[in-house]
Amino acid sequence: MAGVASKGGEVRSDTYRDSRTWLLLPAWLTLVVLVLVPVSLMLVYSFLTKEFRGGVVWEFSLAAYDQFFCDRGLFGDEPCSIEWNYITIFWRSIWQAGLATLFCLIVSFPTAYFIATRPQSTRVIWLFLITIPYWVNLLIRTVSMRFMLREEGPVNNVLVWIGIIDDPLQMINTSFAVQIGLFYSYLPFMVLPIYAAVERYNFTLSEAAADLYATKYVTLRRVIIPSIQPGIIAGCILVFVPSLGAFLAPDLLGGAKNFMIGSLIEEQFKGNAGNWPFGAAASMILLSMVMIILTLYARQQSKALGAGS
Amino acid sequence: MGSRKYNIRAYPGFIHLTVLCLLILYLPLAIVAVYSFNNSPSIVVWEGFSWRWYLDVFIGLESAKFKLAAKNSFIIAIIAATVATVIATFSATAMIRGGRFRLRTVSFGLISLPLMVPEIVTAVATLIFFNSIGFERGVLSILLAHIAFCIPFSYLPIAARMQGIEDTYEEAAQDLYATKRQAFTKILLPLMMPGIISGFLLAFIISLDDFIITNFVKGAGVETLPTAIFGAVKQGIKPNIMAISTMLLAFSIVMVTLSYLISKSDDKT
Repeated sequence: MAGVASKGGEVRSDTYRDSRTWLLLPAWLTLVVLVLVPVSLMLVYSFLTKEFRGGVVWEFSLAAYDQFFCDRGLFGDEPCSIEWNYITIFWRSIWQAGLATLFCLIVSFPTAYFIATRPQSTRVIWLFLITIPYWVNLLIRTVSMRFMLREEGPVNNVLVWIGIIDDPLQMINTSFAVQIGLFYSYLPFMVLPIYAAVERYNFTLSEAAADLYATKYVTLRRVIIPSIQPGIIAGCILVFVPSLGAFLAPDLLGGAKNFMIGSLIEEQFKGNAGNWPFGAAASMILLSMVMIILTLYARQQSKALGAGS
Repeated sequence: MGSRKYNIRAYPGFIHLTVLCLLILYLPLAIVAVYSFNNSPSIVVWEGFSWRWYLDVFIGLESAKFKLAAKNSFIIAIIAATVATVIATFSATAMIRGGRFRLRTVSFGLISLPLMVPEIVTAVATLIFFNSIGFERGVLSILLAHIAFCIPFSYLPIAARMQGIEDTYEEAAQDLYATKRQAFTKILLPLMMPGIISGFLLAFIISLDDFIITNFVKGAGVETLPTAIFGAVKQGIKPNIMAISTMLLAFSIVMVTLSYLISKSDDKT
């Protein structure tokens, strides 16, 4: 993640300047052919006509975007009025991803702050403990969350045993389960950038605030949080963006009622009921949203850098 | 700081939230791991310790399916991680030791592209690509897709390591009439080894864990471990799935710990 911030790493020397074209060629070839061309092709597909059993007919059509935004009545011949069906799914995804980001922030800020204020030797161990779960298969983590939250699962058992509830709660297949699942999937993404920001924070500022009779909480709110804001924003983006297009958490924890963008897209490419151009169009809309968020972020970052120097 | 009565850095309750954070991260995994040793076909009641579900994974009714899936997963992960690491090592050499050049920022944008595009979008795009050129979907299509998204994961640790190596070593080698190729293979490459190994291990785990992209580009009947697990979980969480998950979990933790120890050991040298 540090590499992303410093644009691929600092230039150390120009020893291999003569062969750099050849050295970069394999990466260019692979990524252009396997990522850039496919994404462009997906844009083209979103403007094609759907084939009855999946796939496309090479004929220009706006049908996919029309289906997404326009409700044309039962027989498809009425003038366009806004179709809320898919917009609702997108809106729900934004809401769920937003809540998951908020939960992550609430837990991660104190955690990151606590770790960054440990002595150097133990800090590494705390960080290591936080990062390990990220490297554990996301599917397995989601399945284990499903195991925890199910009706006769450990969470319900403990709650009944303590006596907080009399009967097991229905937690699986609720939007709450999806939020918890997303929170669980991307929590380390929030901790790491905030940690990096707190580590760079100059604690003499806290000293100065205390000397001027600021209480700890005023210091936290008016000095620390504004100073580490870039880390907080980076963390929010790293959680929000993958949550938005998540497939496993809504699919395994949310059920049919809590359909998100990922499930909507996946459905278009499975079996015979699929509509490839529509799936491509929905993917394009998701990709545009993500690119807008990342561009705004990059612009805000370069502005902050410019203001800082 | 010593003159103050309280520690200015500490906030009450932060340690509790940190412990809570770790509990949330580890408890579900720990409970699944414990229940994988349950001597009962039910996942509800605990009936004592047993290895039976591990035995079931290896010799039970579904063992053939899981063995094939595991074989596919490991073959794909080893090849994808190797190819991605070679590509990433070349790229890092050009980016960090190739001076400044016009396409440098663009090249880095391209390398990090798989990290920015949402996974489900990459999955759709790759499926459309293979379909439109008539490429048969199977192990090979999964492998190609994995190589592409593994590149940034091996690039980042390799580039970070390369950045930390002073160029005086190679200069010295060249002063002693080593060719650039010799300076690269005899000096730079051995110094970069810790970064290359951790880049390889991370790419390996990322490939082994991938579900979404694999699920889109795999052909009918071809399964990797995650897609096989997903298919089984759809019919309910069974104890043998918990045993497979626990093994995969243990494997990932060992790999990450290895990668961590390797990168840590080189800090001291």
